[in-house]
Amino acid sequence: MIKLNINKKIYNLDADPEMPLLWVLRDVVGLIGTKYGCGVAQCGACVVHLDGEAVRSCVTKLSRAEGKKVITIEGLSENHTHPLQQAWLELDVSQCGYCQAGQIMSAAVLLNENKKPSDQDIDDAMAGNICRCGTYLRIREAIHLASEIQGKERS
Amino acid sequence: MKIRIRTFVVTSTLILMVAVMAFSLDTSKSKAPFVVMKRDSIASVAAFKKVYSVLMSPRCMNCHPAGDVPLQGDDSHLHAMLPKRGLEGKGKYAMKCANCHQPTNIAGLNKPPGHPNWHLPPADMKMVFQGKTANELAKQLLDPRTNGNKNMKQLIAHADDGLVKAGWNPGEGRTLPPLSHAAFKKAWIAWLSNGAYAPEAKK
Repeated sequence: MIKLNINKKIYNLDADPEMPLLWVLRDVVGLIGTKYGCGVAQCGACVVHLDGEAVRSCVTKLSRAEGKKVITIEGLSENHTHPLQQAWLELDVSQCGYCQAGQIMSAAVLLNENKKPSDQDIDDAMAGNICRCGTYLRIREAIHLASEIQGKERS
Repeated sequence: MKIRIRTFVVTSTLILMVAVMAFSLDTSKSKAPFVVMKRDSIASVAAFKKVYSVLMSPRCMNCHPAGDVPLQGDDSHLHAMLPKRGLEGKGKYAMKCANCHQPTNIAGLNKPPGHPNWHLPPADMKMVFQGKTANELAKQLLDPRTNGNKNMKQLIAHADDGLVKAGWNPGEGRTLPPLSHAAFKKAWIAWLSNGAYAPEAKK
């Protein structure tokens, strides 16, 4: 049995330690907000937080997550109120939506480490998240808006 | 006569004291380490040419780029997604090396190669290999101001560094450096222990 802390809840899982974390989240635990894209850490659709870092769960073995805190899109906030989620809705960022959970999880790490990112900071942080609908400009705008919302909430 | 005897005794005592002091200051029997380095410029340069062929291979050079984006593949193209070096060489924000590069290799083609300490050289000492001549690279490797603050002993030990050795365990579908690790290490030590000569700069 492997003990896993996912979204602040403890799970005791009977799963192969070699299993990709993404499989565990979707098929074992049932958290299907995190998406499978490429399976080789090239697209960013499967990004979740592992002790606050934006890891790609399709190539991260379950054994690496043991003893660490996993946060998925379902656990980013209560009631979808994270500044990024507010900004995403405000600007209607998503088109098909498939990549957006990964986009938001990557952006959350950026805003955690840089409260007021420049366009270049955003490009540096988000370069590994691909959107086939091409929503990049709205994503950038939404991250700026989320930065403002985050600033107001903390002041 | 008494004065002569006294003078003899005093003089003898002084000579004895000086001799004892001199003996006690003799460092030839101390355990202070020092390296007796052979000087053989031909053997040293020949060994470095082998070392250079490894360091300029994609498995080594790809993480010692001239810019701030690592290289990728046997053609050393810019790394997909353009991850940046960051201050510590570990990437930036959501694009840190360890977000994709796991502690170990994972099965399958085109999967990110793994090591627990995957990183580029830090921003304040980039230790660039890409584009360096053999002369330039040899000098860079020998200077603690450009080699990661390594002395001769640490340089020799660096041949067995975990991330260096990861070049010979690159994951499926990637070519190996042109020499085995054993042959590389032998050449590395031969280069350093024969005087660490840099190949002549081409004019």
